[in-house]
Amino acid sequence: MPAVSREEIFETVKQTLIDALSVEDDEVTEEATLTGDLGAESIDFLDIVFRLEKSFDIKIPQEELISRDVLSNPDYVNDRKLNEVGIKALKEAMPHADLTEFEKDPDIDKISDVFTVATIVRFVETKLAAS
Amino acid sequence: MRWIWIDRFELFEPGVRAVAIKNVSLAEDHIHDHFPGFPIMPTCLMVEGMAQTAGILVGEARNFEEKVILAKVKRAVFHSIVQPGETIRHDARIEQLTESAATTSGRITVGDELVGEVDIVFSHIDQNMSGLEFPEENFVFTEAFMSLLNAFRQRSGERITL
Repeated sequence: MPAVSREEIFETVKQTLIDALSVEDDEVTEEATLTGDLGAESIDFLDIVFRLEKSFDIKIPQEELISRDVLSNPDYVNDRKLNEVGIKALKEAMPHADLTEFEKDPDIDKISDVFTVATIVRFVETKLAAS
Repeated sequence: MRWIWIDRFELFEPGVRAVAIKNVSLAEDHIHDHFPGFPIMPTCLMVEGMAQTAGILVGEARNFEEKVILAKVKRAVFHSIVQPGETIRHDARIEQLTESAATTSGRITVGDELVGEVDIVFSHIDQNMSGLEFPEENFVFTEAFMSLLNAFRQRSGERITL
């Protein structure tokens, strides 16, 4: 498969989000968050993952996109907040995500807030590079 | 009234495709309110019929070990109405199937005419809703649904004579 440029990946991700979330073209910016800005619910993540798999001909194990292993590990979580060791583990498990904001209030119920359009593009880039 | 919006399977190719038919009848109460004097099959119930057809297909693909629920109607487009006396055909195909979920595409026809297209995302809820626990028993695939599949499997093709 010929190398796909970042711009091409962004355009495909953008179209995927427009289709999956019924949002307008101009709403899908690099910085837009999936849940906050684009109104995605948890079930939409399933739909988006399936659509990305099809568009890019890749496999996306759920664990790779959002590491439930880390987020549900009792050693890493106190009172539904990730401790320091947990944050370190999460950074390793989810290198595509920018956790700067999440670290300030590492509430595991807010993990989906870290997903911006750019996060998804980065994730697909990594997957394509590995395939 | 029973919540079964397909009458029988006409084809069941495990893990791939299922076709179920639904005969629309004036004997059904709902159709008299939709609409008085102009009874037509509600499109939402055709979406449900497709969800039942595709849902059983997805459930069977994992030996009914998963609780398969409709997570999202990805797309539902209808092109024409369906009236009493007509037979609806729900033709569902599995597009993607993983441990946690599945997607299906579906065509609804009456005779040769394409009436609607319904694409669905199903979730295997025990694999997805972390933190929530569901009953051990599979409450999705009730006796009513299983009997539809059993009827298809047991059909010999010959009419039972009296």
